[in-house]
Amino acid sequence: MTKSEKMHELRVFAAEIRLETLKIIGARGFGHVGGSMSLADAMAVAYGAYMNVDVKNPRWEDRDQFVLSKGHAGPVMYATLGLKGFYPVSDAYQLNQNGTNFPSHTDRTKTTGVDLTTGSLGQGISEAVGAAAGLKALGKASKVFVAVGDGEADEGQVWEAAQFAAHYKLDNLICFVDYNKMQLDGAVDAIMSHGKGLAAKFDAFGWNVIDLKDGNDVEAIYDAVAAAYETKGMPTAIILNTVKGKGATFAEPSGAHSSQPSAEEWAEAIKAAEEALAAVKAE
Amino acid sequence: MSFTLIGKHEKDKRANRDAFVDAMLELMADRKDIAFVDCDLMGCINTKKLLAAHPERTFNAGIAEQNGVGVAAGIASVGFHTWVHSFGCFTSRRAFDQAFLAAGYSFVPVHVVGSDPGVTAAYNGGTHMPFEDCGLYMNIPNATVVDTVDYAQTYAVTKKLADVPEISYQRLIRKGFVTVYADGSDFEIGKACTLTEGNDVAIIASGIMVDEALKAQETLAAEGINARVIDMFTWKPLDVECIAKAAAECGAIVTAENHQVGTGLGSAIANELVKGTPCPVEMVGIQNRFGQVGDQNFLMKEYNLTAEDIVAAAKKAIARK
Repeated sequence: MTKSEKMHELRVFAAEIRLETLKIIGARGFGHVGGSMSLADAMAVAYGAYMNVDVKNPRWEDRDQFVLSKGHAGPVMYATLGLKGFYPVSDAYQLNQNGTNFPSHTDRTKTTGVDLTTGSLGQGISEAVGAAAGLKALGKASKVFVAVGDGEADEGQVWEAAQFAAHYKLDNLICFVDYNKMQLDGAVDAIMSHGKGLAAKFDAFGWNVIDLKDGNDVEAIYDAVAAAYETKGMPTAIILNTVKGKGATFAEPSGAHSSQPSAEEWAEAIKAAEEALAAVKAE
Repeated sequence: MSFTLIGKHEKDKRANRDAFVDAMLELMADRKDIAFVDCDLMGCINTKKLLAAHPERTFNAGIAEQNGVGVAAGIASVGFHTWVHSFGCFTSRRAFDQAFLAAGYSFVPVHVVGSDPGVTAAYNGGTHMPFEDCGLYMNIPNATVVDTVDYAQTYAVTKKLADVPEISYQRLIRKGFVTVYADGSDFEIGKACTLTEGNDVAIIASGIMVDEALKAQETLAAEGINARVIDMFTWKPLDVECIAKAAAECGAIVTAENHQVGTGLGSAIANELVKGTPCPVEMVGIQNRFGQVGDQNFLMKEYNLTAEDIVAAAKKAIARK
């Protein structure tokens, strides 16, 4: 497969993830659309191009892991894992139903393929750092991916984890920072700004930093992860300048943290996502 | 479980931290699936020995307890029984959300160690004096919570925790306190130790209060009152059979703990008793107060944690029968 064929495959995967993310949240009618949709391209690259996983043996001890530290983006992970084959993706349409295995925030004891439990912001990156340190202690070559939100980076624990990862030279750790510029109460810059910027902060903490102007560009993410794999002696942060709600017709213009659109708006959004998928496939 | 009681109220020549470290050194040598995380307090409990012996599985998270507990959970998730240590005030109050979610709710084997429990924080004072640590951890549905007294018990129980598959919280007295048990004593988590027989009143204690309970038993015996002393070193899961038997056979109970009574051993025991065998209960322990700086003897008196306090509580409980 040529690189351009691979990029096309990943764009199709990202479009499928967007469509299924909308269907998963849409089945319940409300949820965290914005921060799920912004991350679809990074999920497509991680699971579509890099991660060694075995859908028939989800706890395979040599697998690569993905920790969704911004746990409220659970639906985009459920869409990705379902499309990857861990379970029929339609299973995830049970999102947030009573007794479901697909809760709002990712839970390792509930959902096949979920590696670590998150939901209290800031904790997932510590868990990912611990998993990366533990895998190194075991002498394994496995990688750990973690996705941290820009709002989540308000939490001090994110920076405690960042200093630990750099100190222990965890070059098997790759952190996607979903810089979609919005948090629950409004714009990140208005609610709690990040000083000299998230890239500068991770750099100051001793990380290899790759700052992507377009964090929804599959090829740019693909190349960044390739560079991270080549980096020795330090963890890599890939800053994804993303659009919150990207691909959701009702959410993208406002960048809302969570949404409860009407039935008509859902139908319109899903139709638009289907058309977007068809258009990418036809490229 | 086979323990040998010494109970002569003699100061333990060895520090409890050495019991912990000796047990950990053996565990880490015997099993590759044991890891340790400290939070810049290796020097306080001698865990630099673990770092020297097993550098690949021993981590120092620095002064960052929340991340320390989170990292321990991550290490545990890839196959290690992972201990994580800081002072009890920090592993409980400061890192509780991490212990609750990343370890407890996630069902991974993280063994949290809180050193300097209650008044043993002594000269570190009120800011560092956890009277609520076990109470917090008892709220985690799958947690095991233990409060041990001396070298022999701390050594044996630490080793037993390596087979507990989910979160545990272990109080660790740093210094040598008092010898209650002979070396080689064995303990079973969740099983209390009946140290003296007696049917007039049962004194249920743990940690530093076990020796005070034994001294109280001697005073009471001299007055013709036969007290049953029970070491309830496991606060969760409680040995409910032992508690019910004590209530049925003694008809009065005194609890004694180095912790808030309202969220600790006394209240946990009272909760069990009201379900089946209610009887008068008097609680010796911290009565809804903050800690303060001071030496051990001063603090024991200040917070009414002495054998004399237990004797008075026993008489009161008996009078209420």
